[in-house]
Amino acid sequence: MSDRKKIALLLLPAMLVIVVLFFGGLTIGLMRSFNYMPIIGLTEPNFQAYISIFSDIEFYHSFLLTFHIAFTSTVISSILAIGAALLLRRSFAGKFIVNFLFQLNLTIPHLVGAIGMLYLFSQSGSFARLAAEWQLIARPSDFPALVFDPYAIGIIMQYVWKEVPFIGVIVLANMQAIGEDYESVARSLGASKWQSFRHVLMPMIFPGVLSASIIVFAFTFGAYEIPALLGANYPAALPVLAYQKYTNVDLAARPEAMAMAVIIAILCAILIWIYVRYCRKRIRGHV
Amino acid sequence: MSTRKNTPLQSLRVLSGIVLITWLVLPPIPLAIWSFAKGWYFPDILPKRWTLNAWEYTFSNTAGVIDSLWITIWISLAATFLSILIGVPAGRALGMYKFKGKEFIELLILAPVIVPGIAVVLGIHSVFLFMGLTNTVTGVILVHLIPTLPYMTLVMSGIFANYDAAFEDQARSLGASPFKTFWYVTLPAIMPGIIVGGLFAFLVSWSQYILTLLIGGGRVITLPLLLFNFATSGRNDITGAIGMIYILPGIVILLLTAKHLSGRSGAVGGFGQI
Repeated sequence: MSDRKKIALLLLPAMLVIVVLFFGGLTIGLMRSFNYMPIIGLTEPNFQAYISIFSDIEFYHSFLLTFHIAFTSTVISSILAIGAALLLRRSFAGKFIVNFLFQLNLTIPHLVGAIGMLYLFSQSGSFARLAAEWQLIARPSDFPALVFDPYAIGIIMQYVWKEVPFIGVIVLANMQAIGEDYESVARSLGASKWQSFRHVLMPMIFPGVLSASIIVFAFTFGAYEIPALLGANYPAALPVLAYQKYTNVDLAARPEAMAMAVIIAILCAILIWIYVRYCRKRIRGHV
Repeated sequence: MSTRKNTPLQSLRVLSGIVLITWLVLPPIPLAIWSFAKGWYFPDILPKRWTLNAWEYTFSNTAGVIDSLWITIWISLAATFLSILIGVPAGRALGMYKFKGKEFIELLILAPVIVPGIAVVLGIHSVFLFMGLTNTVTGVILVHLIPTLPYMTLVMSGIFANYDAAFEDQARSLGASPFKTFWYVTLPAIMPGIIVGGLFAFLVSWSQYILTLLIGGGRVITLPLLLFNFATSGRNDITGAIGMIYILPGIVILLLTAKHLSGRSGAVGGFGQI
C-alpha cells in the first residue's frame, strides 16, 4: 500500500466524524439561519432572522455582555496565571502538594465551580454570613449582589477560578522549558527584575499565553451552563439567549437561534485564524 | 544579595501563594458541607445540625441519581472508546507522516477544540431530528465525539511524533503478521498515550452540558443535568451530595496521572473543554 493510501485510510474515520457531525452541524445551522431547508419545503432563503435579531436591542445587550464576560475573564485569568506560574516555578517546601492543589480544579467541571460560587457569594452565601458575623451587614440584602448581577461578576469569578490553573499549567511548562539562564544573563548585564521579565521572559512565553487565552476566550464566549446558572435574567448571555430562542414554543424563533449560533461560530473562526497565525507551531500535540 | 533584603518580597510571595491556593480550593467546600447539613440558614457560618439525609436520598431508588450515574458512565465510556478507535489511526497519520494538505487537516481537527458546542449543536439537532437520534443515548454519544475525538487525535499525534516505526519493520521482516506487529509492538509503545488521552477524553465527555441537554432533549439525564436541576430548585443538600459524586472521577484521574501533567503534554489541552 502506498503511503498516500495509508494516510487517507488512517484519517478517513476521524474526518468522517468531524466533517459530517461538526461541519455538517455548522452548515445546517447556517442554512436554517437563512430560512433555507429544502427538505422541509423551505426553498427560498432570506435574511429575516438576521434582520430580526439585528433590529432587537436585546441582541446587542446580550452580545456586549457576553463579550465583556469573555474578555474580562480571559485578561484577568492570563495575568493571574502568569503570576501564579512565576510563584510555582521556584522550589519551596511542599511544592508537590501545592502543585496538586493547583491542578485539582482543572478536573472539576465548570458547573460545580458555578454552584460553589453561588453558595459562596450569593446574598445569603458564606461570605455574606461572614460579613454578618463581623457586623458589616445587618441582613442578606445589604450584601452586594455578586451573582445574578448585571456586571456578571459571579460568572467572571467562576471563569477566573477555573482558568487560572489551566493557563498557569501551560505557562509554567513553558517557563520550565525555557529555564532561567536567559534572565540571569539579562540580570548580569544590568537589567532590573522587571526589565528581565518584561523584555526577556515575557516574549518567550507569549505564544503559549496567547494560545491558551484563545481557547479560554472561545470557551467563555460560548459556554451555556455557567451564565444560565449565575447570570441575570436580562440581558442573558448569547448562548443562553440562543438556547431560549431555539426551545421557544414559537418555531419561528428557531432561525434566529441559528443566526446567533452562526455569529458565535464566525467569532471563533476569527480566533482560529489568530491562533494559526501566531501559535501554529504549537498545534501538534501541544494544544 | 542579602537574605534581609529579600524578606518583604519573600513574605509577599508566600502570602499571595496562600491566597491563590485558598481561592482555588474554596468553591467545592460549601457543596461538601451542604451535603451533610440539616438546614443551614443565614447567618450560621456552619450548619447547627448535621445529617446523612441528603446522602440517603441520593442513593435511594426514588432520586434517580443512580440511574443517571450509570447513564453518564456509559455515555462517557462509549464516547471514549470510539474516540480511541478513531483517534489513534488519525493521530498516527498526523504524527508520523508529512503530506500535502496536512496543515489543513490539522485545522479541521483543531476547529472543534475552539468552536463552542452551542454553535454547532443547534444544526446537529435539526439533522438528528430527521434521523430519530434526538432524545436517545446513541445520539448523545455521537455528539460527545465532537469534543472528545479532536482531543484524542491531538494527544495521539504527539505520541506518534516521538514514535520509532523501525521496530514495526523489524517485526514484519522477522515474519510477524500485521495484526501481531500491531498487538505486540505498536500497542505497548503507544499504551501510555492511549491511557492518559482516554482518561481525559472520559472527563471531557463527563463534563458536557449543552450538547447533552439539546440532543438528549430532557430524556437523557446525565449527572450534570441532574445537578443543574437540583441547584436551581434550591435543594442545596442534595445538590451538594450529587456535586461530590460528580467531581470524584476527575480527582481519581488526577491522582493517577499527576506525573503526566506538565503543560507540555497534549493532555492539558483537554482541560479547556472540561
